[in-house]
Amino acid sequence: MRVLLFGRLGDLAGWRERAFDPPPRTLAALKALISAADPVLGEALAGKGVQAAVDRVLVRGDAALAAGAEVAFLPPMSGG
Amino acid sequence: MTVRLTTGRFDPGAELTAFCAGRTESGAVASFVGIARGEGGAATALELQAYPGFTEAEIGKMAEAATQRFSLHDALIVHRHGAIAPGEAIVMVATASAHRREAFEACDYLMDYLKSRAPFWKKEHGPRGPRWVEPTARDLDDIARWD
Repeated sequence: MRVLLFGRLGDLAGWRERAFDPPPRTLAALKALISAADPVLGEALAGKGVQAAVDRVLVRGDAALAAGAEVAFLPPMSGG
Repeated sequence: MTVRLTTGRFDPGAELTAFCAGRTESGAVASFVGIARGEGGAATALELQAYPGFTEAEIGKMAEAATQRFSLHDALIVHRHGAIAPGEAIVMVATASAHRREAFEACDYLMDYLKSRAPFWKKEHGPRGPRWVEPTARDLDDIARWD
């Protein structure tokens, strides 16, 4: 599973892309895993306006994740 | 309808010429080019982060809706991402319709959308270091005009 961080989230975490193996089975489990390793990033992911996309489609709430899923965390979009 | 992201410089004049070519039924083409401002030295470079695949798809949905709303014959959106120096074109929108009003309005609408809601993350690099930029109150007011 590939996890991507955009905008200020990438600066905060110190990475923009990371592979998760073994892959968590849900978005909530992925967030819990990230929070356990980096509580500051975990808090930022739960922050206002941060959205998640699974395989480039926005999801609301929790979602099941396939082993090869691409999960992106998107802070509020700034426009171009 | 075409939505294209590019990390390289593009030539707005050549894009417009190509967009106009061969049109015999569109009486109107309107266009807009957005250029990176230097802010008198305060902004040395702009960095736009896109999510390739997702960003084009989201802009495409909006352009499709605009095509319906303004009865466009066609629309072109070219958008840079990556590092952009002051003076370089960031974005170009061109719209084609039967008559001018729809082309002007759709171009205005698409730019308001692109400046406020399009999936980009913007970082300005200035003398005091980099900072992430969010839409301004004016950008949000501009897009709210169309709701």
